[in-house]
Amino acid sequence: MVPFLQDNVIYRGVYCWLGGNEGNAQWCGGDGLLPGGYEWVAYFVAGLTIMLILVNGALLGAAVFVWAERRLLARFQARRGPNRWGPWGILQPIADLVKLLIKEDIIPTAADRIAFTLVPIIMLMSLLLSLAVLPFARNTYLANLNIGVLYIVAVSSMTTIAIFMAGWASANKFAMFGAMRGVTMLISYEIPLILSLVGVVLIAGSMSLVSVVEAQYLPFILVQPLGALVFMLGISAELNRTPFDILEAESEIVAGYHTEYSGIKFALIQAAEMAGVLAASGFLATLFLGGWSGPFLSTQLGALWFLMKLSFFVFLFIWIRATFPRLRIDQIMAFAWKFLLPLAMINFLATAVQVYFFGFYHGDVPGEITRNEQWVMAAINVPLAVASIVAFGHFAREGIRVPAVRLESIVPIPRVAEVD
Amino acid sequence: MLFQDFIFWALAVGGVAAALGVVLLRDIFRAALLLIVVFLTIAGHFFLLAAEFVGVVQVLIYAGAISILIIFAIMLTQNVQQGNLPNRLQIPAVLLPALLLSALIFVFVDTDWRLTEALPNAVGVNIVNLAFEDTTFKLSKLLLENYALAFGAAGALLLASIIGALSLVRER
Repeated sequence: MVPFLQDNVIYRGVYCWLGGNEGNAQWCGGDGLLPGGYEWVAYFVAGLTIMLILVNGALLGAAVFVWAERRLLARFQARRGPNRWGPWGILQPIADLVKLLIKEDIIPTAADRIAFTLVPIIMLMSLLLSLAVLPFARNTYLANLNIGVLYIVAVSSMTTIAIFMAGWASANKFAMFGAMRGVTMLISYEIPLILSLVGVVLIAGSMSLVSVVEAQYLPFILVQPLGALVFMLGISAELNRTPFDILEAESEIVAGYHTEYSGIKFALIQAAEMAGVLAASGFLATLFLGGWSGPFLSTQLGALWFLMKLSFFVFLFIWIRATFPRLRIDQIMAFAWKFLLPLAMINFLATAVQVYFFGFYHGDVPGEITRNEQWVMAAINVPLAVASIVAFGHFAREGIRVPAVRLESIVPIPRVAEVD
Repeated sequence: MLFQDFIFWALAVGGVAAALGVVLLRDIFRAALLLIVVFLTIAGHFFLLAAEFVGVVQVLIYAGAISILIIFAIMLTQNVQQGNLPNRLQIPAVLLPALLLSALIFVFVDTDWRLTEALPNAVGVNIVNLAFEDTTFKLSKLLLENYALAFGAAGALLLASIIGALSLVRER
């Protein structure tokens, strides 16, 4: 009954406290409170405890992220940012939340009330579900699913439906525009996103995130540079971050799909988006930077290493947002289909050939890819990444530069000599 | 087992109710949303049967992608506001599902479902764990070894349909 949690630290603690040495638990010191056969109580209590920690951690993390993003964006734009409420303005998200909580919660008369109300719930739910498989340190996770990587993608694809529901149920033109733009973009970026993860899964030989971390003798960002790049860009499109934020482009379509949302519903949508950045950074850190493993003391300081890697990616996301202007829809689609998809395909093919080749050294069943083999793969894949980015780079730039239309081809401008 | 029974009945009743909603509701948009609920309950059944890979693929492909395609089709439908009006296809619409249902019932009755007896000696729950350990690996083995031709044919079919769609919408 307990395949998901059996290595979890909290579960083992609760199990020892309640059950003691009953059953097959060799890790407990003495006897517990309950007689044998009550393992499910320990499972239940531990599961609920971890869920409580996860939900609160995600929402608190979203609040801290809002503050950090506003402060950092302000720094990037040579402003000061929120600095009034609390030291360095760190209590600003709480003030924002209180403001949103006491605002009137408006549902438009023409809206589909049920679908309209379900949207924030689905968005937050898909985010929180995806956090379940994220390992924060050694033996610290809610579930060690053996299909973890696929589970993340599947669960976060629910966001697309929520965005569409928001657009349709709001009965608002701008919401509909935003939703249609968003859905078009999201289903295009899902394909390179999934393909970019295939390489990681091939090397690790498993889709469980814990196995992926344990398989990383080198950070996979070196072994899989193309995969990391495509995943990073794809996930920032899935998160509707600024270069790809056409679905809520505030200078064009008010606020896109959440135009009609106010009060606590708006707060929940925002919380889901902000915590989504944290979750995406966590997945990037886990899949491509080695998760909880660090240069030393991985067992004791695992959570610290993980937090540092997560913060690095969070900073990268904010940096990207501060740097790049919003793309047009045709540029975004060209970027996905003509740049990210070929790169993901190249990465997939190269990794498959390498894993097949190295698998021969371990007998019939492909064994794990050793440290030295990962160095060889990195030596092949990094130049390959550079070469293919250069080769497909002109597709990425396509449409970005407006073709130079000379003014005199539209309006005949008299030359200086002719005026004379 | 009681807990699993409870989950099964919740999923079954919820799924059938949502499916009835898909057929009976006038609002096509809500019908599409209920179709997503049906897909999710089917994924729940897969999870209950310890086929976690198929379950997640059900969520990813059906609830995440096919439903979006259906919603796009609704967007392109004329007179969406009128809703799901009855038309002259009522009799074929009864006949075809009835045929499908009878074929399915025949398959259900005809199949030998006693999976666990073929397995090596083990006791109680362990049989199920043995049978369904790492379904992903077994599925990939089946797809790429035993049924490689069908797998390749499906890939070729998808490629042909992509090329067909591209040639249909290509600007001339």
